[in-house]
Amino acid sequence: MSDLRELYQEIILDHNRSPRNFGALEDSNRSAKGHNPLCGDVVTIYMLISNGVVEKVHFEGKGCAISIASASIMTELVAGKTESEANALFKTFHNFVAGDDLIELDDGLEELEVLAGVRDFPMRVKCATLAWHSMASALNNDSATVATE
Amino acid sequence: MLMAVSKESTSAFGQKFDSVPFDLPGIRKDFPVLRQKPHGQRLTFLDSAASTQKPKQVIDAVRKCYEEEYANVHRGVYWLSQRATERYDAARETIRQFVNASKTTEIVFVRGATEGINLVASSYGGCFLKPGDEVLISHMEHHSNIVPWQFLRDQKGIVLKVAPIDDNGELILSKLGEMLGPRTKLIAITHVANALGTILPVKKICEMGRSVGARVLIDGCQAIPHMPVDVQSLDCDFYVFSGHKLYGPSGVGVLYAREELLDAMPPYQGGGDMINSVTFEKTEYAGLPYKFEAGTPNIAGAIGLGAAVDYVSSVGLDQISKHESLVFEYATEQLSQINDLRVVGQAREKSGVISFVFDDIHAHDIGTILDQDGIAVRTGHHCAQPVMERFGVASTVRASLGMYNGRDDVDMLVKGLSKVREIFG
Repeated sequence: MSDLRELYQEIILDHNRSPRNFGALEDSNRSAKGHNPLCGDVVTIYMLISNGVVEKVHFEGKGCAISIASASIMTELVAGKTESEANALFKTFHNFVAGDDLIELDDGLEELEVLAGVRDFPMRVKCATLAWHSMASALNNDSATVATE
Repeated sequence: MLMAVSKESTSAFGQKFDSVPFDLPGIRKDFPVLRQKPHGQRLTFLDSAASTQKPKQVIDAVRKCYEEEYANVHRGVYWLSQRATERYDAARETIRQFVNASKTTEIVFVRGATEGINLVASSYGGCFLKPGDEVLISHMEHHSNIVPWQFLRDQKGIVLKVAPIDDNGELILSKLGEMLGPRTKLIAITHVANALGTILPVKKICEMGRSVGARVLIDGCQAIPHMPVDVQSLDCDFYVFSGHKLYGPSGVGVLYAREELLDAMPPYQGGGDMINSVTFEKTEYAGLPYKFEAGTPNIAGAIGLGAAVDYVSSVGLDQISKHESLVFEYATEQLSQINDLRVVGQAREKSGVISFVFDDIHAHDIGTILDQDGIAVRTGHHCAQPVMERFGVASTVRASLGMYNGRDDVDMLVKGLSKVREIFG
């Protein structure tokens, strides 16, 4: 139960119930779709980027609590970052949930800690990374749909 | 407690065991995997529709094959090869009796139901269907009974039609009837729907197919472990199933087809074992069923499947069916008492599968939480996305039964769901 509580902690459930920055972004200039064929989950990321800075990030889609919460947290963390900072953040996040060793998070990324529980559930890592992969894809103007499989 | 049974008893669908009460504890002892303790918990295995667990009789048969009786089949003149060949052929005969085919030449070993359907689409469809000919499937097919026909549509210009289902997940038979016509050449339909559990009236569908001169292929994957199947009584043209869903090894399955069809159909793959003679100018194909079994087959798999059929027959399909029905009714009743739980697929005739959505909680979250209590359920679209879309759900939780399940498994599931509720608040 403790692992489960770690995975489904209140902050995750809160993001799942009321995801931040949810819905299409009218004035976006980058977007990408992500798809997890294993469960049929889909996510679309919308970004507004001007002068190399991510002004806004929105997402919409369907998914489990882990994927929705991870997407929601991502939109909060990525907004305001430069493109290269956002790319670096994607790599950090990926290492954090899927890397071989648990890494220390830099200041300002404490919010990611709530997703640390995913590390104990290898089958669920893809749920947590789907929106992040899609964000990286939108950021780099890669139009192909991201698939986790 | 279960004795190996002789050939005579396997064809009787275990009727002579009817007087014996269903020995659930004894059966559970036959399945070594049930001793596993996932996350330290008793294993509650409710995913038999994806693949069943294996009794020790099957595991022993596979081990015996490799330890004592293994060599390539139909080749060597030596003792070991002869012995392997005898065992392999005996497995085919066991399966023939099990589905009551009239000849062993009508039993083709394939990798699984998927390959069986692809074989029919490619060989029968490729040879006998013409542009504009219609293949009819239902809205609740597994992807394996959709995609091969799409290949054929794209390659040969056949028309793929889909018979609709109602809100309970039942095939609308009258609509299917209206869709039949002189251009209908093949009906390819599931016996039991994998995502919903609906039992389809396949005998009636075979009759309807015959009335317009259409061939009928039945995907029997979800039926064969749960109910007696008699291909002659069904009067179907093709019947496919996978061994791994019938307590047998993975990587082996069966295509039953009428002899005259197999005779007329061209080979599916070329290679060894499927020929009589080869020169660079001309190849003469082997007789049935070998014409369709190119290459060294899954020898141990087929022998294991034979052992699985013997095992199922020794327990008795009627007994299994009765037992599973009781557990199924109990599960349906228990789950129906849970608030905000909606069973997807409420056909009057169902077998072994309960698919459901719970509150707004995603199936994967439910699956992860149940897993922590040792409960194995399938979550997702069950390789049947069109039917999921029909019911407006992206994924469901699917609990499915095998002969080793009891009411205690259902109780564990219900308890697990209350924990899901507790976590999600």
